[in-house]
Amino acid sequence: MADASNAIGKSYEPFEYEVGREKIREYANAVGETNPVHLDPRAAREAGHRALVAPPMFAVVYSAPALLPALFDPEVGMNFARMVHGAQEFVWSELVLAGDTINTTASVKDISEREAMTFYVFESVSVNQAGTEVVRGTWTNIVRGG
Amino acid sequence: MQHGDSLEELRVTPDKYLPHRYAGASGDFNPIHIDPEFARQVGLPSNILHGLYTMALVARASTQAAGGDPAALRRLSVQFRGMGFPEKEIVAKGEVREVRDGRAIIDTEAEQDGNRIVRNAEAELSL
Repeated sequence: MADASNAIGKSYEPFEYEVGREKIREYANAVGETNPVHLDPRAAREAGHRALVAPPMFAVVYSAPALLPALFDPEVGMNFARMVHGAQEFVWSELVLAGDTINTTASVKDISEREAMTFYVFESVSVNQAGTEVVRGTWTNIVRGG
Repeated sequence: MQHGDSLEELRVTPDKYLPHRYAGASGDFNPIHIDPEFARQVGLPSNILHGLYTMALVARASTQAAGGDPAALRRLSVQFRGMGFPEKEIVAKGEVREVRDGRAIIDTEAEQDGNRIVRNAEAELSL
């Protein structure tokens, strides 16, 4: 492995995503959500929301693209052929609703080796149009053999 | 909700084309998830489920335990171990480890065929 530790702390251009109502419905249907606040705009309004509510894990839809420049950064030098997605964490703040504009900034949190594996840990921080944080993600990819 | 309570299990059998729908919904078109032939060429038994799809099932099971309010899920942390496959039942389950200051910590996991494909997962709910 090249010395990737120089990349720790590096951050990337923010990725902007506009949350569409039908995209929320498509996602909610794919993961089998049954709560009408994710499927029916009227039910969402009756529950006190301005618009259709994105399920918590919809976070992957608007935040994952922000990770791409980090994953493909030659300075990070990740070997995709031997990579697996090892762990994931999300910490949620404000709910995301249809019509929101979310900006996500990714950074390299840590790169470390143990037991002949390299752990690449990336962080993403997503904020809405008001500048309020909506979710913080920690993405851990493991490459066997370094 | 109190220490030791079990979550209501969420049982889902993703159909053959679920990985295609999830790929479209999520934007992750990695062929190991949607092309059985490609998956076999890289040494997998067949196309495998997206880990983040299985994590979404764990998120649903956790949110359901808090009465279904999506704002109740404050944090979810998982490890992906083993592979999930379409057309086999997945069971997402959990147990309340701790309740304090209006927050519950749940130990949770997802298994398929006795194989724990999401494990060491921890959900934090606001009550």
